[in-house]
Amino acid sequence: MGRKVTEDTEILEQTKLTGDVSSMWVQTSEIAGLSRAGQFVSVYCNDRTRLLPRPISICETDRAGGRIRLVYRNVGKGTAEFASMTRGGRLQMMGPLGNGFEIQDGSALLVGGGIGIPPLVELGRALRESGRQVTTVCGYRDREVFLTEELTRNGSFCIATEDGSLGVRGNVIDAIRQEKLAGDVIYACGPLPMLSALKSYALERKIPCYISMEERMACGIGACLGCVCKSQDIDSHSHVCNKRVCADGPVFLSTEVEL
Amino acid sequence: MSGKEPVSLGVDLAGVHLKNPVMTASGTFGSGAEYSEFFDLGRLGAVVTKGVANVPWEGNATPRIAETYGGMLNAVGLQNPGIDVFCERDLPFLSAYDTKVIVNVCGRTAEDYIEVVERLGNEKADMLEINISCPNVKEGGIAFGQDPKAVERITKEVKRHAVQPIIMKLSPNVTDITEMAKAAEAGGADCLSLINTLTGMQIDIRRRAFTLANRTGGLSGPAIKPVAVRMVYQAAHAVKIPVIGMGGISCGDDAVEFLLAGASAVAVGTASFHDPCASVKTVDGIEQYLRQYGFKDVHEIIGLVGA
Repeated sequence: MGRKVTEDTEILEQTKLTGDVSSMWVQTSEIAGLSRAGQFVSVYCNDRTRLLPRPISICETDRAGGRIRLVYRNVGKGTAEFASMTRGGRLQMMGPLGNGFEIQDGSALLVGGGIGIPPLVELGRALRESGRQVTTVCGYRDREVFLTEELTRNGSFCIATEDGSLGVRGNVIDAIRQEKLAGDVIYACGPLPMLSALKSYALERKIPCYISMEERMACGIGACLGCVCKSQDIDSHSHVCNKRVCADGPVFLSTEVEL
Repeated sequence: MSGKEPVSLGVDLAGVHLKNPVMTASGTFGSGAEYSEFFDLGRLGAVVTKGVANVPWEGNATPRIAETYGGMLNAVGLQNPGIDVFCERDLPFLSAYDTKVIVNVCGRTAEDYIEVVERLGNEKADMLEINISCPNVKEGGIAFGQDPKAVERITKEVKRHAVQPIIMKLSPNVTDITEMAKAAEAGGADCLSLINTLTGMQIDIRRRAFTLANRTGGLSGPAIKPVAVRMVYQAAHAVKIPVIGMGGISCGDDAVEFLLAGASAVAVGTASFHDPCASVKTVDGIEQYLRQYGFKDVHEIIGLVGA
């Protein structure tokens, strides 16, 4: 993990992408320049009765302009506070946090599910700019899809919806099989059942699969041990088998963790 | 308001001199490494480490964290690397800073505590804090902290084997805190620290399930501060040994409240999750308060209210 900073950021743009998914561009002084795909920021509520930062993945980075984009789902009081804010509003943030995705050799298959989709935008761009062939497949609940234009820019793009209202009916694994999507390396972010299925799929194909995990966090920097996940090997911190999602992750090789 | 005349912030706890009365609360600060990226740990009176046992502990299942109104619940379950790794890695790291090191010790049995305390006897630790108040583990922890006889017994046992001064960390989950405070004093404790977290529970009404895998967790944060101030006041008036006050402190003014109530030192805990520099800002805040009201020494305000 590299340098992380705490900053007072300014909201440049806030838009609603679907009924409960919002997108926010914020002006940072250093976070944008320090971050890479798959890292996240801790966003602090202005309402001080909500103590804990909300970990939100970085969807896009504009390094030259010092801006980052956060795409998040309104799932509770904290994210509702963020979603209610408009241009000019200020938010305290710490970041970039976590280790992010490493660009691997070979063609990339990016797999996203629900609110795990946003970090794939920046990752896809980084992969494309490094000359990798990028295929992205994303699973949504229904036709209320988001970030499709951005993801299409990175290469071929395929949609799966649970209700079949758009793209392939079913989940991302159904789409991968049906559309014969392939890659030398899988990069994924989404709900646990999806990550678990991808881990098996990758093992079957004998290809590496990098997954981004999620867990309830408190400090976001590796001190509180709130957000651990079960790992295959002993972890560097406590020498048990509990890797910290915030500091050792959120991106892990799928074979490193138990799903 | 006076200019920049020196204000004395130093306090002595059982013969150990702290440059200021602010320390970190165990379990909220790791062993300091993560926070050392944000400020110089040498600005603190002491760093209190996360609890360490004789062997590595895995802790509880996740979710371990839940936010509550003005606070949070945790049920980490004292995950720690055990005393060997702690002595090889964490203590040498901390000894590089100009601050006092207080090692929090946890155990499942009296023998566990003693093993760790003895092992620390010839290590660079200035004081030991004995955790008999963790609500998140089944054995040890709070089991030792809710019965005055057990408190006195474990304190005596630990003191018999300890080289460094001993702080007994008390649980607020008791009917009468003064009984526990007196029991620890009778057992030979050098200091008391309180409060640990209050046992709480949160239910996720959408999933109709407990939020925490452990079902119950320890409540901390600003929400518990009035309870903590009351208990620190009661304990400080019940014993002669120094009391370290904590529970919901997030700024200098909060810390001053505990000092006025009778605490000889204070600890900043959950606030570090909201602001990694909360502890060092608390040092500045206390100094600012003393200047503003014309005090020259922090001792002038310790126990000033209701004495």
